[in-house]
Amino acid sequence: MYVVVAGGGKVGKNVARSLVDSGHEVTLIEQRRDRFERLEEEFGHVAMLGDATEISVLERAGIARPPDLVLAVTGDDEDNLVISQIAKEGYGVLKAIARVNDPRNQQHFDLLGITLTVCATSGILGLVEHEVPEHGLVRLLELRSEGLEVVEVQITGDSPAAGKRIAGLSLPEGARVVAVMRMGTAEIAAEETVVRPGDQVVAILKPGLEDRLRKALVG
Amino acid sequence: MKAVVIGCGRVGSAVATQLASEGWTVTAVDENEAALARLGGGWAGGFVVGHGMDVEILTRAGIEDADAVVVATSGDNTNIVIGQVAQKRYGIGCVVVRLLDPRRAEFYAKLGLRTICPTQTAISYLTEAVRSCDVPPLEPAAAS
Repeated sequence: MYVVVAGGGKVGKNVARSLVDSGHEVTLIEQRRDRFERLEEEFGHVAMLGDATEISVLERAGIARPPDLVLAVTGDDEDNLVISQIAKEGYGVLKAIARVNDPRNQQHFDLLGITLTVCATSGILGLVEHEVPEHGLVRLLELRSEGLEVVEVQITGDSPAAGKRIAGLSLPEGARVVAVMRMGTAEIAAEETVVRPGDQVVAILKPGLEDRLRKALVG
Repeated sequence: MKAVVIGCGRVGSAVATQLASEGWTVTAVDENEAALARLGGGWAGGFVVGHGMDVEILTRAGIEDADAVVVATSGDNTNIVIGQVAQKRYGIGCVVVRLLDPRRAEFYAKLGLRTICPTQTAISYLTEAVRSCDVPPLEPAAAS
């Protein structure tokens, strides 16, 4: 397939190398001359000098073909957003993947319809949350545009949910317990399943209900 | 009538003071605190230090009940994002965005953003000025 990679920093360079190695046609756009020259040594004509947020530069990179995939992976979120928008809305590129550098900017990508995003910081924070849960609630999966989350909650001896049947929990509207993990084994939650201290409860919920769910389960 | 002006450089500050003198309640936003000086000593409007892509800053500037938003930071792409956020997230009807690159200005105008491109304006004016000059036709080369 044909892939345009915008941004030749660490991310762009390594992704471009892997794509080239697996036989794909790639154009790697970098605006800083010093960086571009180093990229050119390694990538030859795959590397291209220019500002990928300029339409004429994207056109030289073949945005009108259009590419099967555009990767907007510069260090600037506003640039990644604009590159993705021009690709998708201007040239009918079907898939654009954008890098989000500052997780606070994620909402702008969501708002403007750039649904495929990768944020290393959020990924790392997610792992931190999972390994060192601070608030007893860990996000396992977030389907942002669909408005659904899967979370895991650790039940302890003094949790209000401990010892109760699933049917007896007063969960907020829009949240549902789907499984209970006990000693490394998951069990699909039924109405009569009893929650015990030490269990991890897996729930699905609408985003925004986390606090109410946490209160209902662990107080 | 309330306006938020994001980017308080030469253009933003002048727009802010002009609107204020016409009776608007104006809040200016700039990353650089020193930009406040551009609004002049008698500035009675608001001023918020911070980045316009930060929704907390936008909220503090009062974007939620603004009637108009002017976006004129030094970065085209920053302006594009802020303008669309003002339009789509906050539902502001009057959003005007300054973009220096004519092609991006044209592209985003097609997507429904009100873009103002001083570069394009300069190109048109300069070309028109040359066209309207009273230039005498070239003298045919004198026969030797």
